Amino acid sequence: MLTDQPTMDQPTINRTIDARGSFCPGPLMELIRAIRESAVGTVIAVRSSDRGSRIDIPKWVEKAGHRLVGLTEVDGYDEIVIEKLH
Amino acid sequence: MDRILILGGGVGGTIVANLLSRKLRRQIDDQEVEVTIVDQSGNHVYQPGFMYITFGNEQEKNLSRPERSLIDERVKLVVDEVTRVDDTTHSVTLASGATLPYDQLVLATGSRIAPEEIEHFDTEAHHFYTAQAARSMRVALDAFSGGSIVVAIAGMPYKCPPAPLEVSFLIEAELRQRGLRDKSQVHFCSPIGRAFTIESVSDMATPVLEEKGIELHTFFNVETIDPARKVVQSLEGEELHYDLLVLVPPHHGAQFLIDSGLAPAPGGWLPTDHHTLQVGGRPDVYALGDTTDLPLSKAGSTAHFEAPIVAERIAAWVTGKPLNEKRANYTGRVMCFFEIGDGKGTLLRFDYDHPPHPPKPGRIWHLGKVLFNKTYWHTVPRGRV
Repeated sequence: MLTDQPTMDQPTINRTIDARGSFCPGPLMELIRAIRESAVGTVIAVRSSDRGSRIDIPKWVEKAGHRLVGLTEVDGYDEIVIEKLH
Repeated sequence: MDRILILGGGVGGTIVANLLSRKLRRQIDDQEVEVTIVDQSGNHVYQPGFMYITFGNEQEKNLSRPERSLIDERVKLVVDEVTRVDDTTHSVTLASGATLPYDQLVLATGSRIAPEEIEHFDTEAHHFYTAQAARSMRVALDAFSGGSIVVAIAGMPYKCPPAPLEVSFLIEAELRQRGLRDKSQVHFCSPIGRAFTIESVSDMATPVLEEKGIELHTFFNVETIDPARKVVQSLEGEELHYDLLVLVPPHHGAQFLIDSGLAPAPGGWLPTDHHTLQVGGRPDVYALGDTTDLPLSKAGSTAHFEAPIVAERIAAWVTGKPLNEKRANYTGRVMCFFEIGDGKGTLLRFDYDHPPHPPKPGRIWHLGKVLFNKTYWHTVPRGRV
């Protein structure tokens, strides 16, 4: 499980989006809204119970040129951590 | 007297009112119950018809009727704008200053478009979410003589999820019929990683896009329009040149829902129970149609199938009879036609647990949509189907 302790690869999470119970594309759209609102360098965690998020969100992060910090399964949901790079 | 107040005279509000007037006829006649609709225009608009102003010679006058003509005489109609709901005092304030108390409240105020949130939208982009915009798009298409047409989505969720795909298909077919296809490119931009949110529909639509030579751009979330260079830019860093730009504008729920603390900003979508359609755990407030946050199409069809659940629950509350669990719980049922172009269409029918399996596109489904559009006024608002 990801922790809030900063390391080289796991920076502190600045913002958490709880999109559990929301279906595709809800978690991705919530992330996109957060990315638009946040400053460069912000680390955002998205919690999603929709299994499609673990595929869609990393693909989107790659296309949009941000950094996927990690993807972890926690108690039946996924926590996907992203750093805004630009 | 039990006061049932319905905000919004669209598909959802109108059907709930007519179903309640039927279920509670005696109680209304005996003045034990009052059913009131508040609508800001007093006109019921058949919004799916707008697309046919652009593509099917539809006339705006055929797409609107006075709400009074569609609701039972037992239902009261107040034409006014809602400014606030106070769920502690159980009252609704109107723009005129009047206050209406309620015992049961139905929120059916739909969604509103916000093209102004995208700079240069008004001068550069077309859409089909109002009659005027649909007419303007027709004029632009008539003047189009070749080049690049971009169809993109400037915010999710939005009304009628298949509409931008349908518009792309209809534009492509029209260009072919007018002999302009060789001189034109059609681009369809999806905000997500595939052509449509529902995987099975995406699987149906993607080969159709390929067959028609419509270029699919995934993960294209519209960010800005550059009118000088005639390009639309995405949050993901892609840009596309356009000679004609069609954008689905951002959508929100009604502002008074945010102001009243019932729906979170900026979306304004009401937190609604998937099955009971109650709002935020309140036993006396229901939502249906576009204004909910349910993971379903924002479409008249959704409101159409939700309305009997709301009516069943309110009627049971009035009469004290036990709830019919089957009739009182929404299963997420939605059904809508999907235009493919060239006089063909398909059908999307699904619920929370069963994704759609669209039949092979054919003429029958297009004709089904045409027939539905023609018979709408006599069937749906009156709760007859």
